[in-house]
Amino acid sequence: MLIPPNRHGRLWTWLDTRVGLAELEKLLKKKEVPVHRHTLWYYLGGMTLFLFMIQVATGILLLLYYRPSAEEAYESIQFLMAEVEFGWLIRSIHAWAANLMIFTLFIHLFSVLLLKAYRPPREVTWLSGIGLLGVALGLGFTGYLLPWNQLAYFATKVGTEITGVVPVVGPFLGRVLRGGDEVTGATLTRFYGIHVAVLPAITTLLLGLHLFLVQRHGMSVPPSVEQAGGPRRTMPFFPNFLLRDLVGWLSALAALAALAAYFPTELGQKADPFAPAPAGIRPEWYFMFMFQTLKLLPSYILGIEGEVVGVISFGLGGLFLLLIPFLDRRTARGEPSHLFTWIGIAIIVYMLILTYLGYTMVPTQ
Amino acid sequence: MRAVGGLGAVAWVALLALLGWPSAAAGQQRVESCVTCHLETGDDRLADPVKRFGEDIHSAKGFGCVACHGGDAKEAGMEAMDPAKGYIGKPDRQQVQTVCGRCHSDARFMKRYNPALRVDQVTEYATSVHGRRLKELGDPKVAICVSCHPAHSIKPPSDPRSTVHPLKVAETCGRCHADAKHMEAYKIPTDQFQKYKESVHWRMMSIKGDLSAPTCNDCHGNHGAAPPGVTWVGNVCGQCHAVQAEFFAKSIHAKVFAQMGAPGCAACHSNHEIKEATDAMLGLGDNAVCAGCHAAGDKGGKAAVEMRALLDSLSGESEKARAILLQAERAGMEVSQAQFDLNGAKDALVKARAAVHAFTVQAVKKEGEPGFAIGAKAYARGVRALDELQFRRKGLAVSLVIILALIVGLVLRIRQLDRRS
Repeated sequence: MLIPPNRHGRLWTWLDTRVGLAELEKLLKKKEVPVHRHTLWYYLGGMTLFLFMIQVATGILLLLYYRPSAEEAYESIQFLMAEVEFGWLIRSIHAWAANLMIFTLFIHLFSVLLLKAYRPPREVTWLSGIGLLGVALGLGFTGYLLPWNQLAYFATKVGTEITGVVPVVGPFLGRVLRGGDEVTGATLTRFYGIHVAVLPAITTLLLGLHLFLVQRHGMSVPPSVEQAGGPRRTMPFFPNFLLRDLVGWLSALAALAALAAYFPTELGQKADPFAPAPAGIRPEWYFMFMFQTLKLLPSYILGIEGEVVGVISFGLGGLFLLLIPFLDRRTARGEPSHLFTWIGIAIIVYMLILTYLGYTMVPTQ
Repeated sequence: MRAVGGLGAVAWVALLALLGWPSAAAGQQRVESCVTCHLETGDDRLADPVKRFGEDIHSAKGFGCVACHGGDAKEAGMEAMDPAKGYIGKPDRQQVQTVCGRCHSDARFMKRYNPALRVDQVTEYATSVHGRRLKELGDPKVAICVSCHPAHSIKPPSDPRSTVHPLKVAETCGRCHADAKHMEAYKIPTDQFQKYKESVHWRMMSIKGDLSAPTCNDCHGNHGAAPPGVTWVGNVCGQCHAVQAEFFAKSIHAKVFAQMGAPGCAACHSNHEIKEATDAMLGLGDNAVCAGCHAAGDKGGKAAVEMRALLDSLSGESEKARAILLQAERAGMEVSQAQFDLNGAKDALVKARAAVHAFTVQAVKKEGEPGFAIGAKAYARGVRALDELQFRRKGLAVSLVIILALIVGLVLRIRQLDRRS
């Protein structure tokens, strides 16, 4: 179909001639989103992407003031929070959006898992998604240390010690992460480098691949809907679905603004490596289920240290999650796969219970 | 019984040998005949000193019985106690300081064991009330070395079991000074120990565990123990309270108190039951010590009231700033720098309180002024933080209204699109 050259004005025409806007418009108009009882879950990926964009924007603003050294990191954030106009807002939104992003990412992951959206031909979309989850957790772990306060310092100390438990390569990995045997200014500098350069670069690649594949394969229709005869109708991605997405994004923005205004992220006390560890050291909530599992494991299991067994189990668990599209052969063949549905539910229940215990169990138990 | 006693003696000898007794210093034999016989007698009066000596600092350093009592421990029988061999038996009260001083006054000898230990104890003792009464009157009740350092179980002051450990000194002095019967002849009070236990000094030492807090010997001297004279009480207190002592020494009260025969610091703060100094002591109120001499009409009374007003004002300003910063902090505002800066007002208050001992309004004002400035700045920072908080909340409300309007607009547009399709 020929688009009249003056349909959107002269600027459009000018740009279209040079970058091919009409083709993009055509692509957008062609894209359809299935409408059925599980359509709601389609919005989670977009929501996660929106929160990630907020992270990028606020992260860049934070970079203007943050100084990545043990001597200056805490003070630079203190200055940002107290003296810089809207510095408090930028930092609080960065911290809150990080938490919300990981939350929506988990929901997105589990909706994809339970709706079997990983089945052929979307295996690589799944792989890139799991990769993005890993990168997001890495961003959370490295970002937590950057304010260089007491809680972050000791949580990182514990976190990197756990890395050291990994058999064979653990001690080496621990030293690489810490930049030495202890958490020091060297750790802060490399966490900063990983947080603002390495992981964002990996995210860009994985996200690009993920979005390309989503665009290429379209939205996955759940097997249950397909078996019932497929979705009765579809809606255009542009503008119908995108406008709905926008409603969700604006709601998230309102929630972020309220959280930042009423619960601005605390700075706490500056890290002091010689001070005793403060009571109640906890990792971020998304690591809590792993942390609590390691705490509950007995000292030795079949003659192997409980912590080692735990770390290996989580490694194998992650690998299992990654390989689900290749392990779930029934879904791949288009047959019902109750086993993997129950595995998905079991993972969710396990994470919820352990996270709950992590926040409620007294340390001596 | 005898056999058991014999076995017990052998066990004690073995134990004492293990403890390293005696006389490595003098190059003597390690097992002395004194020990063997004293344990075998079955008389507790003779055996107890031997048993206790195992834990004595002198035993630990390798000294044996003959170091103090003389004689020859190599002799197996009573010949060991031959006066011709220097045996003096139990030193009498006049003799004790000489026996102890033989080593403890010899700097060259003491250097081999404890180079940091003073060697003027005997000289000091001679200047003490105890030493003078012993020498001049032959007083049989005054303290001698072994009254405070019990013979055969002497431990260094750093040992918590020692009678002269900081936590035990008051009790050790109180054994005589709190005994009304013992002190009857001297006509001096016997409530010092009880009063000291009520003091801020004892509380600092016993509850807060600050062993540098003063006990009896810190003010009275230990070996030269005597009550501080009225004119030099300030010097004694000034050992720790140096700033206050300096202000006091230059003040009008230093001269007036000396003329009145009032005991310096103790005139206002008392001596043994020194309570924590509070602002209430200043001025002419119910608990104010100034009111003891001054009235509202006189110059001193006016100065006292004015100084108190200054302290109250500074304290109030500082507290007001602290409260508003805390309120801002609890609301999530970042005010840690202002809270840190406010410590300056607290420092100024401490200095102003010390300057009260100059007894002039100018001195208090000079020290307190920086505190007023700091307090005002911190308070202003707190006000700004709370204003900022209100601004944030209003900003949030405006943002939410805009976002809500956008959402409503979008929903209407979506419904319109849905109707069309």
